[in-house]
Amino acid sequence: MADRELTYVEALNEGLREEMRRDDSVIVFGEEVAASGGVYKVTKDLLKEFGPKRVLDTPISEIAIVGAAIGAALNGLRPVAELMFFDFAGIAFDQIVTHASKMRFMSGGQVKLPLVVRTQYSLGRAYGSQHTQFLAASFMQAPGLKIVAPSTPKDAKGLIKSSIRDDDPVLFIESGALYVNRTYYGYKGPVPEEEYLIPIGKAEVKRSGDDISIVAVSRVVSEAMAAAEQLSAYGIKAEVVDLRTIMPMDYQTVLESVKRTNRLIVAEDSVKTCGVSAEVASHVCEYGFDYLEAPIIRLNSPPMPAPQSAELERRYMVTSDKIVEAARRLVV
Amino acid sequence: MNSHQQLLISRDKLLTMLRKMIEIRMFEERVEKLYREGRIQGPTHLYIGQEGVAVGVVEALEKDDVVISTYRGHGHGIARGVPMKAVLGEILGKSVGTCKGLGGSMHAPISAEHNIPLATAIVGSGLPIAVGVALGFKYRESRNVAVTFFGDGAVNTGAFHEALNLAAAWKLPVLFVCENNLYAMTTPIKSVFAGESIAGRAACYGMPAYTALGSDVLEVYETTLKALEKIRAGGGPAFIECRTYRFKGHGAYDLGTGYRPKVEIEEWLKRDPIKSLAEKMKSAGLLRDEEWKMIEDDVSKQLEAIVNEVLNSPVYGYEELASLVYSNPV
Repeated sequence: MADRELTYVEALNEGLREEMRRDDSVIVFGEEVAASGGVYKVTKDLLKEFGPKRVLDTPISEIAIVGAAIGAALNGLRPVAELMFFDFAGIAFDQIVTHASKMRFMSGGQVKLPLVVRTQYSLGRAYGSQHTQFLAASFMQAPGLKIVAPSTPKDAKGLIKSSIRDDDPVLFIESGALYVNRTYYGYKGPVPEEEYLIPIGKAEVKRSGDDISIVAVSRVVSEAMAAAEQLSAYGIKAEVVDLRTIMPMDYQTVLESVKRTNRLIVAEDSVKTCGVSAEVASHVCEYGFDYLEAPIIRLNSPPMPAPQSAELERRYMVTSDKIVEAARRLVV
Repeated sequence: MNSHQQLLISRDKLLTMLRKMIEIRMFEERVEKLYREGRIQGPTHLYIGQEGVAVGVVEALEKDDVVISTYRGHGHGIARGVPMKAVLGEILGKSVGTCKGLGGSMHAPISAEHNIPLATAIVGSGLPIAVGVALGFKYRESRNVAVTFFGDGAVNTGAFHEALNLAAAWKLPVLFVCENNLYAMTTPIKSVFAGESIAGRAACYGMPAYTALGSDVLEVYETTLKALEKIRAGGGPAFIECRTYRFKGHGAYDLGTGYRPKVEIEEWLKRDPIKSLAEKMKSAGLLRDEEWKMIEDDVSKQLEAIVNEVLNSPVYGYEELASLVYSNPV
């Protein structure tokens, strides 16, 4: 069957809808998700189809939103709770990190928590210091949690479906830039008509190449794909590895790629200090040192808050130009 | 009128309450002794003095109601019927513990089988989780209720306010039970609380808010029944503030003296929940001194056997731990 094209937002909406049709224990709640269909329309028309028992608007109460998801999961439901901006997860840090991620372990395996906390970060949209941060790395210190960050419509749909069916708490990070920026590879793309799932914990080689590995995640996969295209004009064949799941991380796919290319750039939207890229790079140094023929380059935001000015933000974040420049330095 | 009718509660039920309070008291005294002997590592919060709250509330519940407990939860677990051996095993970090010894004292009452899926060590954090449990009940149109215990310290957290508001806004079947033992660690609640009363604060959210004397197990029981009746009728959440007192310190390391006035301690010791119920039963002709003594002897014997067995039991295998992190490992 031929694939049709869907946007990132449409694919997420379709994934949620299919899982809600499939399993009546799936419920959705968060700020603005019901009557308005979500600020970015990811939950559009779910209220119309599934009614107010299953699609609920919450007050602005992030602690209660995640707490309620935990309780509902303990009591037989599969809640999908939304935090409107990733920055707001700070308010619910206790519920996500100190409760959701640990409750199974500290109960000796007595309970399971099939819940999804959906959120999005808006770097690339000029939303300023308090509405843009990609905080994934902050949550990587919470074993017990799974962290997923899709970069394309196909992955977004397949991964939201897998996340809902998973018995562990999943922090599902969407990219606000991929919601709206039509120039991005991940804004719109082919999505199979038939049912499919994308497994949690599996990276994907989005473009093959022998000269250099570019490991990226979420929004930056679009930048990496654009960079790989530009690099081909210089005769450099770049391989783009999309992590897709940040935790547990698919180190094996990364190592296999580096084994082939012997060069590595890790590019993603964390602030550089202890970011996701630090974990990838250190793992490769520890377990794949002999594969490397050049130092690893990490491309991140510098260690400062995001400036709001769109022009300054553009300089602050990872772009395809920066990836191209770094790759040309590595492949000589 | 015979003496049974004076108390309006069956003798069997009264004996059950008395026995459970004695179990909690003697269990905790034994835990304190083990702590002083250096047999227990880590934070250990005793329930001594507050037995009337756990037993009064739990005795009013149905089997499928869910309880969210706290780090001062040994009493909640024992009241709910979690075997003392499993609770003690947890406190001593042994694999026979409720949580295989991975949780410790602060999570010791967790027992999925007894519908206690969580005892939290973070003050206030259990309330929103109870709200979610109640959302599950409402969604399934069940008559069951989520009950959450917490201390006076919790009422000044953001989680408290978010949880009460959401439970009331969504009319969810939650019973909030505040065990107001007057101190958050060593800080007197009155020095950090704005407003008239904890129950009064809860009433602002438009839910029935009751007060009960925690050392009177029958008052707690009857108040809980009244609250549960409203909740089960679909009226949304309710709140009970139980005025109570811990006879010991905040944690077992703390003797509870110094920061609490001597006269206050003496006043509350006079309101011992066990003696208070036993005296009531005796004057109603429902309990003889030797029966009381028999219960104590029986619990004491049971405890001695449990302590030896648990002390000599193994810890959980370290190599097995990693498999408990995820339900669906990748």
